[in-house]
Amino acid sequence: MTANISTSSSKSPLVLEARGLCCVRGERELFVGLNLRIASGDCLHVRGENGVGKTSLLRLLTGLSKPESGEVLWSGQSIAVDPITYHRQLLFLGHRDALKEDLTALENMQMYAALDDVSLSQEKALAALWRFGLRGRENLPVHYLSAGQKRRVLMARMLTRQAKLWILDEPFNALDAQAVHELQNLIIEHITAGGLTVLTSHQEINIPNMQVLEL
Amino acid sequence: MRALLAIIHRDLLLVMRRKSEVLTAVFFFVVVTSLFPLGIGADAALLRKIAPGVIWVSALLSTLLGLHRMFAADYHDGALEQLALSPQPMVLLVTGKMIAHWIVCGLPLVLLAPIIGIQFDLDSNSLYVLMATLLLGTPVLSLLGSIGAALTLGVRGGGVLMSLIILPLYIPVLIFGAGAVYANSVGLDTSGHFSLLGALLILALAFIPWVSSAAVKIAIE
Repeated sequence: MTANISTSSSKSPLVLEARGLCCVRGERELFVGLNLRIASGDCLHVRGENGVGKTSLLRLLTGLSKPESGEVLWSGQSIAVDPITYHRQLLFLGHRDALKEDLTALENMQMYAALDDVSLSQEKALAALWRFGLRGRENLPVHYLSAGQKRRVLMARMLTRQAKLWILDEPFNALDAQAVHELQNLIIEHITAGGLTVLTSHQEINIPNMQVLEL
Repeated sequence: MRALLAIIHRDLLLVMRRKSEVLTAVFFFVVVTSLFPLGIGADAALLRKIAPGVIWVSALLSTLLGLHRMFAADYHDGALEQLALSPQPMVLLVTGKMIAHWIVCGLPLVLLAPIIGIQFDLDSNSLYVLMATLLLGTPVLSLLGSIGAALTLGVRGGGVLMSLIILPLYIPVLIFGAGAVYANSVGLDTSGHFSLLGALLILALAFIPWVSSAAVKIAIE
Protein backbone atom coordinates (compact mmCIF):
# COMPACT_ATOMS: atom_id res chain seq x y z
CA MET A 1 0.00 0.00 0.00
CA THR A 2 2.57 2.54 1.03
CA ALA A 3 5.01 3.76 -1.50
CA ASN A 4 7.76 4.52 0.98
CA ILE A 5 8.09 0.91 2.09
CA SER A 6 9.01 -0.22 -1.39
CA THR A 7 11.78 2.36 -1.76
CA SER A 8 13.50 1.87 1.58
CA SER A 9 16.38 -0.08 0.13
CA SER A 10 19.16 2.50 0.52
CA LYS A 11 22.32 1.17 2.08
CA SER A 12 23.85 4.09 3.92
CA PRO A 13 21.99 5.07 7.09
CA LEU A 14 20.17 8.36 6.80
CA VAL A 15 21.07 10.87 9.46
CA LEU A 16 19.85 14.38 10.00
CA GLU A 17 22.23 16.33 12.14
CA ALA A 18 22.36 19.90 13.37
CA ARG A 19 25.58 21.33 14.78
CA GLY A 20 25.70 24.47 16.87
CA LEU A 21 22.63 26.03 15.34
CA CYS A 22 22.02 29.62 16.31
CA CYS A 23 18.85 31.41 15.34
CA VAL A 24 18.20 35.13 15.66
CA ARG A 25 14.84 36.70 14.91
CA GLY A 26 14.98 40.48 14.90
CA GLU A 27 16.80 41.45 18.10
CA ARG A 28 16.07 38.23 19.95
CA GLU A 29 18.27 35.18 20.11
CA LEU A 30 15.90 32.24 19.96
CA PHE A 31 18.44 29.50 20.57
CA VAL A 32 22.21 29.18 20.55
CA GLY A 33 24.43 26.17 20.08
CA LEU A 34 21.61 23.74 19.40
CA ASN A 35 22.71 20.23 18.47
CA LEU A 36 20.52 17.38 17.40
CA ARG A 37 20.93 14.09 15.61
CA ILE A 38 18.29 11.70 14.40
CA ALA A 39 18.72 8.63 12.22
CA SER A 40 16.52 6.28 10.21
CA GLY A 41 13.55 5.13 12.23
CA ASP A 42 13.61 8.08 14.63
CA CYS A 43 10.88 10.53 15.35
CA LEU A 44 11.75 13.79 17.05
CA HIS A 45 9.10 15.82 18.81
CA VAL A 46 10.10 19.46 19.23
CA ARG A 47 8.26 21.02 22.14
CA GLY A 48 8.14 24.42 23.74
CA GLU A 49 6.01 27.43 24.44
CA ASN A 50 4.63 29.66 21.72
CA GLY A 51 7.27 31.85 20.16
CA VAL A 52 10.18 29.83 21.48
CA GLY A 53 11.42 29.07 17.98
CA LYS A 54 9.97 25.70 17.01
CA THR A 55 8.91 26.80 13.55
CA SER A 56 12.19 28.68 13.08
CA LEU A 57 14.09 25.50 13.93
CA LEU A 58 12.08 23.47 11.44
CA ARG A 59 12.66 26.07 8.73
CA LEU A 60 16.39 25.96 9.44
CA LEU A 61 16.30 22.18 9.10
CA THR A 62 14.59 22.43 5.70
CA GLY A 63 17.03 25.01 4.42
CA LEU A 64 14.30 27.59 3.84
CA SER A 65 16.16 29.95 6.14
CA LYS A 66 19.86 30.09 6.92
CA PRO A 67 21.19 29.80 10.46
CA GLU A 68 23.10 32.69 12.03
CA SER A 69 25.84 30.16 12.74
CA GLY A 70 26.13 26.39 12.72
CA GLU A 71 25.06 23.97 10.03
CA VAL A 72 22.57 21.29 9.15
CA LEU A 73 23.89 18.01 7.76
CA TRP A 74 22.04 15.33 5.85
CA SER A 75 23.91 12.02 5.75
CA GLY A 76 27.11 13.82 6.64
CA GLN A 77 26.87 16.55 4.01
CA SER A 78 25.84 20.13 4.63
CA ILE A 79 22.40 20.75 3.11
CA ALA A 80 23.63 24.01 1.60
CA VAL A 81 26.04 22.10 -0.66
CA ASP A 82 23.48 20.15 -2.64
CA PRO A 83 19.99 21.40 -1.79
CA ILE A 84 18.33 19.67 -4.74
CA THR A 85 19.39 16.19 -3.62
CA TYR A 86 18.33 17.02 -0.08
CA HIS A 87 14.96 18.36 -1.19
CA ARG A 88 14.32 15.19 -3.17
CA GLN A 89 14.31 13.33 0.16
CA LEU A 90 12.49 15.99 2.14
CA LEU A 91 8.84 16.74 2.73
CA PHE A 92 8.06 19.86 4.73
CA LEU A 93 4.54 20.78 5.75
CA GLY A 94 4.17 24.17 7.36
CA HIS A 95 1.32 26.04 9.02
CA ARG A 96 -0.18 26.92 5.69
CA ASP A 97 -1.49 24.03 3.67
CA ALA A 98 -0.01 25.19 0.33
CA LEU A 99 -2.96 23.68 -1.51
CA LYS A 100 -4.34 25.66 -4.41
CA GLU A 101 -7.93 26.48 -3.52
CA ASP A 102 -9.16 26.50 -7.11
CA LEU A 103 -7.80 23.07 -7.95
CA THR A 104 -9.32 19.80 -6.83
CA ALA A 105 -7.68 17.56 -4.25
CA LEU A 106 -6.63 15.20 -7.02
CA GLU A 107 -5.19 17.99 -9.18
CA ASN A 108 -3.27 19.34 -6.20
CA MET A 109 -1.75 15.90 -5.60
CA GLN A 110 -0.83 15.48 -9.27
CA MET A 111 0.59 18.99 -9.49
CA TYR A 112 2.86 18.44 -6.50
CA ALA A 113 3.86 15.01 -7.77
CA ALA A 114 4.98 16.55 -11.06
CA LEU A 115 6.95 19.28 -9.27
CA ASP A 116 8.43 16.86 -6.74
CA ASP A 117 9.43 14.57 -9.58
CA VAL A 118 7.67 11.49 -8.22
CA SER A 119 5.54 9.28 -10.42
CA LEU A 120 1.95 9.20 -9.28
CA SER A 121 -0.71 7.36 -11.21
CA GLN A 122 -4.29 8.49 -10.90
CA GLU A 123 -5.23 5.22 -9.15
CA LYS A 124 -2.50 5.68 -6.58
CA ALA A 125 -3.52 9.26 -5.88
CA LEU A 126 -7.15 8.27 -5.52
CA ALA A 127 -6.27 5.35 -3.25
CA ALA A 128 -4.31 7.71 -1.02
CA LEU A 129 -7.18 10.20 -0.85
CA TRP A 130 -9.68 7.43 -0.14
CA ARG A 131 -7.53 6.05 2.64
CA PHE A 132 -7.95 9.34 4.48
CA GLY A 133 -11.69 9.54 4.09
CA LEU A 134 -11.93 11.79 1.06
CA ARG A 135 -13.87 9.40 -1.12
CA GLY A 136 -16.37 11.37 -3.15
CA ARG A 137 -14.53 14.65 -2.56
CA GLU A 138 -11.52 14.08 -4.79
CA ASN A 139 -12.99 16.18 -7.58
CA LEU A 140 -14.16 19.09 -5.45
CA PRO A 141 -12.09 22.26 -5.49
CA VAL A 142 -10.09 22.35 -2.25
CA HIS A 143 -11.85 25.63 -1.53
CA TYR A 144 -14.97 23.62 -0.58
CA LEU A 145 -13.15 21.38 1.91
CA SER A 146 -13.01 22.04 5.63
CA ALA A 147 -9.72 22.77 7.41
CA GLY A 148 -9.52 19.18 8.64
CA GLN A 149 -10.23 17.78 5.20
CA LYS A 150 -7.45 19.92 3.75
CA ARG A 151 -5.05 18.40 6.29
CA ARG A 152 -6.26 15.00 5.11
CA VAL A 153 -5.29 15.92 1.54
CA LEU A 154 -1.85 16.71 2.94
CA MET A 155 -1.76 13.29 4.62
CA ALA A 156 -2.44 11.76 1.22
CA ARG A 157 0.44 13.80 -0.14
CA MET A 158 2.72 12.57 2.65
CA LEU A 159 1.83 9.00 1.75
CA THR A 160 2.66 9.42 -1.94
CA ARG A 161 5.61 11.81 -1.73
CA GLN A 162 8.26 9.07 -1.27
CA ALA A 163 10.36 11.32 0.93
CA LYS A 164 12.69 9.94 3.58
CA LEU A 165 12.57 12.91 5.90
CA TRP A 166 9.32 14.44 7.04
CA ILE A 167 9.42 17.80 8.75
CA LEU A 168 5.95 18.60 9.99
CA ASP A 169 4.92 21.81 11.68
CA GLU A 170 1.83 21.25 13.85
CA PRO A 171 0.51 18.40 11.72
CA PHE A 172 -2.22 17.55 14.22
CA ASN A 173 -3.93 20.94 13.98
CA ALA A 174 -7.58 20.90 12.91
CA LEU A 175 -7.73 17.10 12.83
CA ASP A 176 -10.50 15.13 14.53
CA ALA A 177 -9.71 12.24 16.89
CA GLN A 178 -9.99 9.66 14.13
CA ALA A 179 -7.67 11.61 11.82
CA VAL A 180 -5.14 12.18 14.63
CA HIS A 181 -5.03 8.43 15.06
CA GLU A 182 -4.61 7.88 11.32
CA LEU A 183 -1.81 10.44 11.13
CA GLN A 184 0.01 8.80 14.03
CA ASN A 185 -0.26 5.48 12.23
CA LEU A 186 1.03 7.08 9.06
CA ILE A 187 4.07 8.46 10.91
CA ILE A 188 4.71 5.12 12.61
CA GLU A 189 4.48 3.40 9.22
CA HIS A 190 6.97 5.93 7.84
CA ILE A 191 9.56 5.50 10.59
CA THR A 192 9.31 1.73 10.69
CA ALA A 193 10.04 1.81 6.96
CA GLY A 194 13.28 3.63 7.74
CA GLY A 195 12.11 7.20 7.44
CA LEU A 196 12.81 10.11 9.75
CA THR A 197 10.29 12.52 11.20
CA VAL A 198 10.65 15.84 12.97
CA LEU A 199 7.43 17.38 14.20
CA THR A 200 6.05 19.99 16.52
CA SER A 201 2.81 19.64 18.39
CA HIS A 202 1.11 20.82 21.54
CA GLN A 203 -0.83 17.59 21.84
CA GLU A 204 0.20 14.35 23.45
CA ILE A 205 1.39 11.97 20.75
CA ASN A 206 1.62 8.22 21.00
CA ILE A 207 4.52 7.21 18.84
CA PRO A 208 6.88 4.51 20.14
CA ASN A 209 10.54 5.48 20.74
CA MET A 210 9.82 9.12 20.19
CA GLN A 211 12.57 11.51 21.15
CA VAL A 212 11.67 14.84 22.66
CA LEU A 213 13.51 18.11 22.27
CA GLU A 214 12.48 20.84 24.69
CA LEU A 215 13.30 24.27 23.38
CA MET B 1 12.14 20.37 -18.41
CA ARG B 2 9.18 18.39 -17.08
CA ALA B 3 9.11 20.70 -14.09
CA LEU B 4 9.04 23.77 -16.34
CA LEU B 5 6.05 22.39 -18.21
CA ALA B 6 4.43 21.33 -14.95
CA ILE B 7 4.62 24.82 -13.48
CA ILE B 8 3.35 26.44 -16.69
CA HIS B 9 0.50 23.95 -16.81
CA ARG B 10 -0.28 24.60 -13.16
CA ASP B 11 -0.38 28.37 -13.53
CA LEU B 12 -2.49 28.23 -16.68
CA LEU B 13 -4.90 25.81 -15.00
CA LEU B 14 -5.24 28.19 -12.07
CA VAL B 15 -5.94 31.04 -14.46
CA MET B 16 -8.60 29.01 -16.25
CA ARG B 17 -10.32 28.39 -12.94
CA ARG B 18 -10.45 32.09 -12.21
CA LYS B 19 -10.91 33.73 -15.57
CA SER B 20 -12.11 37.09 -14.31
CA GLU B 21 -8.66 38.08 -13.07
CA VAL B 22 -7.06 37.57 -16.45
CA LEU B 23 -9.85 39.05 -18.44
CA THR B 24 -9.51 42.20 -16.35
CA ALA B 25 -6.05 42.91 -17.74
CA VAL B 26 -7.01 42.17 -21.35
CA PHE B 27 -10.26 44.10 -21.03
CA PHE B 28 -8.37 47.03 -19.55
CA PHE B 29 -6.12 47.08 -22.61
CA VAL B 30 -9.06 47.01 -25.00
CA VAL B 31 -11.04 49.67 -23.14
CA VAL B 32 -8.20 52.13 -22.63
CA THR B 33 -7.07 51.91 -26.24
CA SER B 34 -10.67 52.35 -27.39
CA LEU B 35 -11.22 55.43 -25.24
CA PHE B 36 -8.61 57.46 -27.09
CA PRO B 37 -10.27 57.40 -30.54
CA LEU B 38 -13.60 58.11 -28.86
CA GLY B 39 -12.21 61.03 -26.88
CA ILE B 40 -10.14 62.59 -29.63
CA GLY B 41 -12.64 62.27 -32.42
CA ALA B 42 -12.30 61.38 -36.06
CA ASP B 43 -9.02 63.13 -36.79
CA ALA B 44 -7.39 60.25 -38.64
CA ALA B 45 -4.01 61.90 -39.03
CA LEU B 46 -3.74 62.62 -35.31
CA LEU B 47 -4.91 59.12 -34.37
CA ARG B 48 -2.33 57.52 -36.63
CA LYS B 49 0.33 59.65 -34.99
CA ILE B 50 -0.55 58.81 -31.38
CA ALA B 51 -1.44 55.15 -32.01
CA PRO B 52 1.97 53.58 -31.28
CA GLY B 53 2.39 55.49 -28.03
CA VAL B 54 -1.14 54.89 -26.79
CA ILE B 55 -1.13 51.18 -27.60
CA TRP B 56 2.27 50.65 -26.05
CA VAL B 57 1.50 52.58 -22.86
CA SER B 58 -1.75 50.63 -22.50
CA ALA B 59 0.19 47.41 -22.96
CA LEU B 60 2.61 48.42 -20.18
CA LEU B 61 -0.20 49.26 -17.78
CA SER B 62 -2.24 46.15 -18.47
CA THR B 63 0.86 43.96 -18.00
CA LEU B 64 1.29 45.67 -14.66
CA LEU B 65 -2.27 44.74 -13.66
CA GLY B 66 -1.56 41.03 -13.86
CA LEU B 67 1.87 41.14 -12.26
CA HIS B 68 0.90 41.02 -8.60
CA ARG B 69 -0.63 37.61 -9.26
CA MET B 70 2.65 36.12 -10.39
CA PHE B 71 3.97 35.25 -6.93
CA ALA B 72 1.64 36.81 -4.35
CA ALA B 73 -1.03 34.10 -4.18
CA ASP B 74 1.58 31.35 -3.94
CA TYR B 75 3.40 33.33 -1.30
CA HIS B 76 0.33 33.71 0.88
CA ASP B 77 -0.86 30.11 0.81
CA GLY B 78 2.61 28.65 1.32
CA ALA B 79 2.90 27.14 -2.16
CA LEU B 80 5.99 29.22 -2.89
CA GLU B 81 7.78 27.52 0.03
CA GLN B 82 6.81 24.16 -1.39
CA LEU B 83 8.18 25.21 -4.77
CA ALA B 84 11.42 26.30 -3.12
CA LEU B 85 11.63 22.92 -1.38
CA SER B 86 10.90 20.87 -4.48
CA PRO B 87 13.89 19.15 -6.05
CA GLN B 88 13.95 21.62 -8.93
CA PRO B 89 16.14 24.65 -9.49
CA MET B 90 14.22 27.73 -8.41
CA VAL B 91 15.34 29.53 -11.59
CA LEU B 92 13.42 27.01 -13.67
CA LEU B 93 10.23 27.39 -11.66
CA VAL B 94 10.42 31.18 -11.71
CA THR B 95 10.99 31.08 -15.47
CA GLY B 96 7.92 28.88 -15.81
CA LYS B 97 5.84 31.38 -13.91
CA MET B 98 7.06 34.20 -16.17
CA ILE B 99 6.19 32.21 -19.29
CA ALA B 100 2.73 31.52 -17.90
CA HIS B 101 2.30 35.21 -17.13
CA TRP B 102 3.29 36.13 -20.66
CA ILE B 103 0.89 33.60 -22.20
CA VAL B 104 -1.92 35.08 -20.14
CA CYS B 105 -1.08 38.80 -20.13
CA GLY B 106 1.27 39.35 -23.09
CA LEU B 107 0.19 37.05 -25.89
CA PRO B 108 -3.44 38.28 -25.96
CA LEU B 109 -2.15 41.83 -26.47
CA VAL B 110 -0.12 40.75 -29.49
CA LEU B 111 -3.16 39.04 -30.96
CA LEU B 112 -5.51 41.93 -30.21
CA ALA B 113 -3.16 44.62 -31.50
CA PRO B 114 -4.31 44.50 -35.16
CA ILE B 115 -7.95 44.96 -34.13
CA ILE B 116 -7.03 47.82 -31.82
CA GLY B 117 -4.82 49.30 -34.53
CA ILE B 118 -7.73 49.56 -36.96
CA GLN B 119 -9.42 51.99 -34.56
CA PHE B 120 -6.42 54.24 -35.04
CA ASP B 121 -6.57 53.96 -38.81
CA LEU B 122 -3.19 52.21 -39.04
CA ASP B 123 -2.39 50.64 -42.42
CA SER B 124 -1.67 46.94 -42.68
CA ASN B 125 2.09 47.45 -42.84
CA SER B 126 2.03 49.38 -39.55
CA LEU B 127 -0.13 46.70 -37.98
CA TYR B 128 2.46 44.03 -38.78
CA VAL B 129 5.21 46.18 -37.30
CA LEU B 130 3.07 46.84 -34.21
CA MET B 131 2.44 43.12 -33.70
CA ALA B 132 6.10 42.31 -34.20
CA THR B 133 7.21 44.91 -31.65
CA LEU B 134 4.66 43.64 -29.14
CA LEU B 135 5.78 40.07 -29.77
CA LEU B 136 9.35 41.02 -28.92
CA GLY B 137 8.50 43.55 -26.24
CA THR B 138 5.81 41.96 -24.09
CA PRO B 139 8.04 39.06 -22.93
CA VAL B 140 10.51 41.69 -21.71
CA LEU B 141 7.65 43.34 -19.81
CA SER B 142 6.77 40.05 -18.11
CA LEU B 143 10.41 39.34 -17.31
CA LEU B 144 11.16 42.79 -15.90
CA GLY B 145 7.88 42.79 -14.04
CA SER B 146 8.77 39.59 -12.25
CA ILE B 147 11.58 41.42 -10.46
CA GLY B 148 9.12 43.92 -9.05
CA ALA B 149 6.61 41.21 -8.19
CA ALA B 150 9.28 39.23 -6.34
CA LEU B 151 10.81 42.20 -4.53
CA THR B 152 7.48 43.44 -3.19
CA LEU B 153 6.34 40.05 -1.83
CA GLY B 154 4.96 40.43 1.66
CA VAL B 155 5.24 44.21 1.54
CA ARG B 156 2.16 46.15 2.57
CA GLY B 157 0.93 48.32 -0.30
CA GLY B 158 3.22 46.34 -2.56
CA GLY B 159 1.18 47.06 -5.68
CA VAL B 160 2.00 50.75 -5.76
CA LEU B 161 5.61 50.16 -4.85
CA MET B 162 5.86 47.58 -7.61
CA SER B 163 4.59 50.09 -10.19
CA LEU B 164 7.17 52.59 -9.02
CA ILE B 165 9.98 50.06 -9.32
CA ILE B 166 8.90 48.58 -12.62
CA LEU B 167 7.58 51.42 -14.76
CA PRO B 168 10.94 53.22 -15.09
CA LEU B 169 12.49 49.93 -16.20
CA TYR B 170 9.88 49.67 -18.94
CA ILE B 171 10.98 52.92 -20.56
CA PRO B 172 13.50 51.44 -23.04
CA VAL B 173 10.96 48.89 -24.25
CA LEU B 174 8.39 51.63 -24.69
CA ILE B 175 10.79 53.87 -26.63
CA PHE B 176 11.93 51.23 -29.08
CA GLY B 177 8.54 49.51 -29.35
CA ALA B 178 6.55 52.65 -30.10
CA GLY B 179 9.50 54.11 -32.01
CA ALA B 180 9.55 51.26 -34.49
CA VAL B 181 5.89 51.69 -35.38
CA TYR B 182 6.34 55.44 -35.75
CA ALA B 183 9.51 55.10 -37.82
CA ASN B 184 7.75 52.66 -40.12
CA SER B 185 4.83 55.02 -40.61
CA VAL B 186 7.13 57.83 -41.74
CA GLY B 187 9.09 55.50 -43.99
CA LEU B 188 12.27 55.12 -41.95
CA ASP B 189 14.23 51.93 -41.49
CA THR B 190 13.01 49.95 -38.44
CA SER B 191 15.73 47.31 -38.27
CA GLY B 192 17.61 49.26 -35.59
CA HIS B 193 14.57 49.34 -33.32
CA PHE B 194 14.00 45.62 -33.79
CA SER B 195 17.64 44.81 -33.10
CA LEU B 196 17.50 46.77 -29.87
CA LEU B 197 14.22 45.16 -28.80
CA GLY B 198 15.69 41.75 -29.57
CA ALA B 199 18.80 42.61 -27.60
CA LEU B 200 16.65 43.68 -24.65
CA LEU B 201 14.78 40.38 -24.80
CA ILE B 202 17.97 38.33 -24.92
CA LEU B 203 19.52 40.28 -22.06
CA ALA B 204 16.37 39.95 -19.99
CA LEU B 205 16.16 36.21 -20.65
CA ALA B 206 19.79 35.76 -19.71
CA PHE B 207 19.75 37.58 -16.39
CA ILE B 208 16.29 38.19 -15.01
CA PRO B 209 15.30 34.63 -14.04
CA TRP B 210 18.30 34.53 -11.70
CA VAL B 211 17.54 37.94 -10.24
CA SER B 212 13.90 37.10 -9.64
CA SER B 213 14.57 33.70 -8.13
CA ALA B 214 17.08 35.32 -5.74
CA ALA B 215 14.43 37.90 -4.78
CA VAL B 216 11.85 35.16 -4.22
CA LYS B 217 14.26 33.22 -2.01
CA ILE B 218 14.87 36.32 0.09
CA ALA B 219 11.12 36.88 0.43
CA ILE B 220 10.37 33.38 1.75
CA GLU B 221 13.32 33.25 4.14
